[in-house]
Amino acid sequence: MSRLSPDNVLLAKEIIGRYPRPKSALIPLLHLAQEQAGYVSNDAMEHIAELTGVTPAEVLGTCSFYEMFKREQVGKYMVNICTNISCQLNGGEELLHHAEETLGIRPGGTTDDGMFTLEDVECIAACTEAPCLQVNYRYEYRIDNDGFDKLIDDLRNGNRYDIPHHGTLARIRQHLDPERAAGIESPEVTGKPQWFADREPAPESEKETA
Amino acid sequence: MATNAYVEHAPGYVDNVGPKVVTSRFGDPESYKLERSEATGGYGALRAVLQMKPDEVHGQVRDAVLLGRGGAGFPAGVKWGFMPPVWPRYLVVNGDESEPGTYKDRLLMERDPHQLIEGCLITCYALGLNTCFLYVRGEMALAQERIAEALNDAYEAGYVGRNIMGTDVSIDVVLTWGAGAYIVGEETALIESLEGNRGMPRLKPPFFPAAKGLYMKPTIVNNVETLANLPWIMLNGPEAYKQFGSEKSPGTRMLAISGHVKRPGVYEVEQGKVTFRDLFYGDNYCQGIRDDNDLKMFIPGGGSAPWFFEDQLDLPLEAADVGAAGSMLGSGAIVVMDETTDAVRACLRVVRFFARESCGKCTPCREGTTWEEKILQRILDGHGRPEDIDLLLDIGSQISPGPYPVAAFEAAGETAVPFPPKQTTICPLGPSSVAPITSAIRRFRDEFEAKIQAPEEVPA
Ligand SMILES: Cc1cc2nc3c(=O)[nH]c(=O)nc-3n(C[C@H](O)[C@H](O)[C@H](O)COP(=O)(O)O)c2cc1C
Ligand code: SF4
Ligand code: FES
Repeated sequence: MSRLSPDNVLLAKEIIGRYPRPKSALIPLLHLAQEQAGYVSNDAMEHIAELTGVTPAEVLGTCSFYEMFKREQVGKYMVNICTNISCQLNGGEELLHHAEETLGIRPGGTTDDGMFTLEDVECIAACTEAPCLQVNYRYEYRIDNDGFDKLIDDLRNGNRYDIPHHGTLARIRQHLDPERAAGIESPEVTGKPQWFADREPAPESEKETA
Repeated sequence: MATNAYVEHAPGYVDNVGPKVVTSRFGDPESYKLERSEATGGYGALRAVLQMKPDEVHGQVRDAVLLGRGGAGFPAGVKWGFMPPVWPRYLVVNGDESEPGTYKDRLLMERDPHQLIEGCLITCYALGLNTCFLYVRGEMALAQERIAEALNDAYEAGYVGRNIMGTDVSIDVVLTWGAGAYIVGEETALIESLEGNRGMPRLKPPFFPAAKGLYMKPTIVNNVETLANLPWIMLNGPEAYKQFGSEKSPGTRMLAISGHVKRPGVYEVEQGKVTFRDLFYGDNYCQGIRDDNDLKMFIPGGGSAPWFFEDQLDLPLEAADVGAAGSMLGSGAIVVMDETTDAVRACLRVVRFFARESCGKCTPCREGTTWEEKILQRILDGHGRPEDIDLLLDIGSQISPGPYPVAAFEAAGETAVPFPPKQTTICPLGPSSVAPITSAIRRFRDEFEAKIQAPEEVPA
């Protein structure tokens, strides 16, 4: 049931066309599958293998390397608390403990109602705004225990319209209009672009006379 | 108050005195929009560059001595020259920013994506290539959105794609993104990831990307901040660029200063001109340590960098000087720790990062980093063994043989070991895990010993 939807197949084909080799599209396509179902199912991986012409094992191999891909259902909201050094120095670990108590789960766990999955994560590039966290990869900066409780309440009550469900990453996609594209260079092509050849410096001998 | 993190800019940037090369638009809350970029000269450098010969553009970048901002500090113009005359060739932009403490590329991508795109196009033009992949870290959803929107607008306006600005030049810039793995920031792992594989580094040699990169074709990998400098350089010329910074390190750098300072933030700073003391205590910068505490130690260049102390405060922000003193400026990530910091706990946290992020391809790194973490954890938990300190140093020497880079400790009469470390591994990640261990043990051996000898005094 969780093969890619017809709309997503169209999108997948467009994405594949952007890379010189189809396998390069694997990570974006796995994200697409995760966006559709909230996680990456075996069916979706098989479908992606068909679309890109690689084996399902290769898709799984890639998928399993990257932390963001979840191969089973997780909460509607992934709450990722940074405990790396700058956040640790500013209470990141204490915040994580507070979150564990508030949600009643340990990192990696999901609440019974399926709302939240908690993770303790590595530096998320907001170190000057420590401690910080992401909910479905949207940031909350300099957050304290009260702020955390309010965040959880807001998420439970549906007040955070700005945060999409787990799986949805960027909501704006690049559209490469074939009419406007230069044409992605295949590794099988040889020879420099004509515009470059036309602009190359004249050989030394000609320079002398110029 | 319902905050809307989605439309808000990432905070943290401090609009400071001094020249602005890459952050000049940061004051404008809508700086990411094409019309705002155009109104302040956006794509003007590209227009001028298209009138020049590609090799002139390359020459100007070489003359500007634009040092890479991704960590290693290698001059971009020189790296570009390593490409053999083979086509096709590719440009891959490294927007995977995930070194602990590093926070600058995300700001550049979210706040001024057009500046970065213009930098990509200038590079492609100089090198005669027509396909650029812009790889953004998976966790950075807003950066991905901002770049996608910027690319859509720039294609529409004819700045990217077929027949750029009505010329015969055609270049594509393709947004691509990761899915959570620090190691993918290493350039050969980035290329593997872009080929759709597990993000594991390749052995150098023979796989230097400039010669054998993406699909085994010549590939230049440059950091986001490196390329963001190009529009300014091409508009104002290398001589003007060299007015900023020092002779060895021209221009500015974006520095994220975090941890125990009163005003943490991301500052654009002239290279070589200020010292760490200026940054931590200066009114224009961080304004002192929190609660006026004493400084205990600081990391000068990201989690991979050996630690510095009071003795190193007067060093200038100059790569050569910092390297000789036993560490690196790395990715512009400075983490300040005050006297209340537990050295063992901080050391463990950084080591744990490397243990979690090791890709597992080489044994000394895969086994060594997890073992280091385990030992540090038991010391912290009060179950350390007397031999653990030497064991930690021994494991370190298996990953990185020989004296490991470390700062001088004048009071103990110990001199500095200069950067970089040696490695028994494929990439520098494994050896990086040794940095916090060697740094902390040389300085604070007594803290380790106290935890081992008096476990009952360690709070749970
Ligand atoms: C473990 C590891 C992680 C790295 N992570 C990054 C990164 O996140 N971003 C980056 O630009 N460079 C990173 N680098 C450096 C890149 O390998 C490469 O040197 C850099 O992107 C080149 O760009 P530059 O010459 O413009 O600095 C990393 C290197 C290593 C060994
Ligand atoms: S040093 Fe570590 S991260 Fe680097 S290639 Fe080896 S195992 Fe992978
Ligand atoms: S250490 Fe938490 S965001 Fe960098």
